[in-house]
Amino acid sequence: MVHLQPKAQVADVVVIGSGAGGGTVVKVLTDLGVNVTLLEAGGMVNPETDFKQGMWPYEVQHRGTGPNAEYYRGTMQDGFFAAPNSFWQDPNEPYTVAPDSKFTWFRSRVIGGRTNHFGRFTPRFSDYDFKPYSFDGLGTDWPMDYTEMSPYFDKAELFVGVSGANSGLRSAPDGKFQPVPPPRVHEVLVQKAGQKLGIPVIPARQAMMTKAQNGREACHYCAQCGRGCKSGAAYSSSQAMIFPALKTGRLTIVTGAMARELVLDDTGKVTAVSYIDKATRTEQQIRCRTVVLAASACESARLLLNSKSALFPDGLANSSGAVGKYLTDTLAFSHWGYVPALEGVPRHNSDGLGGNHVYIPWWLLDDKTKDFPRGYHIQMGGGFNMPGIGGFNDLAWNYEGYGTKLKQRIRQSYGSQVSFTGFGEMIPNKDTYCEIDPDGKTDIYGIPVLRFHWKWSDYELNTVGHIRQTLRSIIETMGGTVNGDDPTLTNAQRITTGGSVIHEVGTIRMGDDPSQAPLNRYCQAHDVKNLFVADAAPFVSNPEKNPTLAIIALAWRTAEYLAEELRKGNV
Amino acid sequence: MSELSRRNLLAVFGAAGLSARALAEQIHQSVRDIQSLDQGANYTPQFFTPHEYSTLRLLTDFMIPADANSKGAIDAGAAEFIDFVCSKSDDVAGYYRYNLGFIDQQMQSRAGANFIDAPLAEQTKFLDLISYRSNWSDLTGAAVDFFAYFRFMVVDAYYTSPVGIAGLGYMGNQVLTSFTVPEEAVQYALKRSPFGGG
Repeated sequence: MVHLQPKAQVADVVVIGSGAGGGTVVKVLTDLGVNVTLLEAGGMVNPETDFKQGMWPYEVQHRGTGPNAEYYRGTMQDGFFAAPNSFWQDPNEPYTVAPDSKFTWFRSRVIGGRTNHFGRFTPRFSDYDFKPYSFDGLGTDWPMDYTEMSPYFDKAELFVGVSGANSGLRSAPDGKFQPVPPPRVHEVLVQKAGQKLGIPVIPARQAMMTKAQNGREACHYCAQCGRGCKSGAAYSSSQAMIFPALKTGRLTIVTGAMARELVLDDTGKVTAVSYIDKATRTEQQIRCRTVVLAASACESARLLLNSKSALFPDGLANSSGAVGKYLTDTLAFSHWGYVPALEGVPRHNSDGLGGNHVYIPWWLLDDKTKDFPRGYHIQMGGGFNMPGIGGFNDLAWNYEGYGTKLKQRIRQSYGSQVSFTGFGEMIPNKDTYCEIDPDGKTDIYGIPVLRFHWKWSDYELNTVGHIRQTLRSIIETMGGTVNGDDPTLTNAQRITTGGSVIHEVGTIRMGDDPSQAPLNRYCQAHDVKNLFVADAAPFVSNPEKNPTLAIIALAWRTAEYLAEELRKGNV
Repeated sequence: MSELSRRNLLAVFGAAGLSARALAEQIHQSVRDIQSLDQGANYTPQFFTPHEYSTLRLLTDFMIPADANSKGAIDAGAAEFIDFVCSKSDDVAGYYRYNLGFIDQQMQSRAGANFIDAPLAEQTKFLDLISYRSNWSDLTGAAVDFFAYFRFMVVDAYYTSPVGIAGLGYMGNQVLTSFTVPEEAVQYALKRSPFGGG
């Protein structure tokens, strides 16, 4: 599905990347009558044939371990049943990691990108999330505030379709929500534990519609959002934004297009995007009046750093030197608990929405005694999940013996495990960034690759320690016991590997001062007026709240600004 | 009745020193084995030799047998699944081949027969030994480690099969127009929790 435009034609806007940010820009611009050409490094997605919603594990001989038993060979990239087409490691598209650093990088190469299967947990940022420096003296304030962003969160929630409920909490601002289904049995116990501990447990905010709208059906409660939702009830950029935009006739899609660099004229404006057509391995160019980078935070930074010229020897739009810097990911820590009260619960269909129906927003905002500056929220899992490969891993490993007793033990334990994960905020630091690999390594297309540097600070490590204590107290208050906690580990060993939560942000940040930030308050490059960024790269901080809703809200605002600048002839 | 099952049954009858009651129980057990071992017996292994595969099937049946609630690992195709994985991974395949051989070797020295030909009492005695990590020794360690890995794979195979999923009572993977939580289920858990009923 490659639509090549005639060479002479100049696209009004070229968008690079089709995930939450790129999809939003495409939607908003085509709605406003602007013609857009979308470059996507992967292929088209067809939900009807590509999404494995509804499949039982036994429908494939390998039961989900992968066509070549990748699961048992330790080479599984993503769950077999997950929506396509993503990977952590691909020999064709490598990256490097500096000595003493650990980082892992998830890439998604398909129309819709990661939105085809992301967790869909979509909290909106709080007022203090935009002003972290003012709040505690760490990091940097965003150039805009919550009041300015709130209408865009409204638009994002209304369009995407977010189930949830107003809570009146500062850490979980009220929004525009669809009804959320009732809590499951284990979630009721968590609510009770929360009451006892003084921890709020409120309806979750997830991009899963419980009411039909915009040609997308309401949720059918199969909990398989991660496989891709054929009806589009669970939001994806592909189904909610890209496909409808195609119908306007104003969108041209070029798939299999790996952007290589941005081409400038003598005045320093972008005139074209150079890309590799993966099918033919040939270099192509597409001319444009403006370009929007939405290739994911690190890919967008890589593209700028690889676009060197006499005018921009350190990479395009990088006079601040900040491109690639201020990289962050969310930190996470999980515990499983065994809760005897859940043993033998009468069997029922507890699938519901994918993920949790309730969650724990940050609740210690005003506590000045804790040993870390920011916060975390807690998501949970449990119930009678669809059995799958690895579903009884812990029990199978830890159990001794065999036979009927093993079987009885598993049947008895089914549904009595509850998982919790705390997701915490990382503060940008000077030791965590990406750069073009100094040894000159390239990918299969000849494009220089990124090298990552990563360091967690005590701020994050102490957050992990606090999460661990909280999860234990919740599980024990439910009458349960924590599984597999190793008290001899340090928090540095407990914390997730950078990149593994797939919340990379900050590599092309916004700011009013061009010497400090590559982008202005509208995600437009200070140095290059017809260059915009619409993924998570512009984020100035990485609040504990999952980034996708903020990506959409910010991209929406950027697209409206861009359309207006196009109309005025300013870009 | 397959040749394997017949031999297994003969081995049981031939076991010495059993009380009448134990013998009756074992015959009952063997009849169950025979019925289930016939299921899927026509499958042609992609990796294992016929002897290895027969041993593997019997071991999966020991791991997860049929019971009053649900069918067992034979009906779940656990051995087929393991054979598939082994056909795709030299590492896993080599591990299985080595350990199936090791188990036969152990049974030869203990009971003078390969595992499938050994008396049921000897089979269970050996499995009882290697299924507990506390029995790890220089002599049995490899088999103890293998049995834990094997348990892991049989559980994977069994609970991704129709019989395994049915046995758990999973009721989802449905298309619903609304989602509700049964009040009796909530009350059941609350009554058993530290929070009490209501």
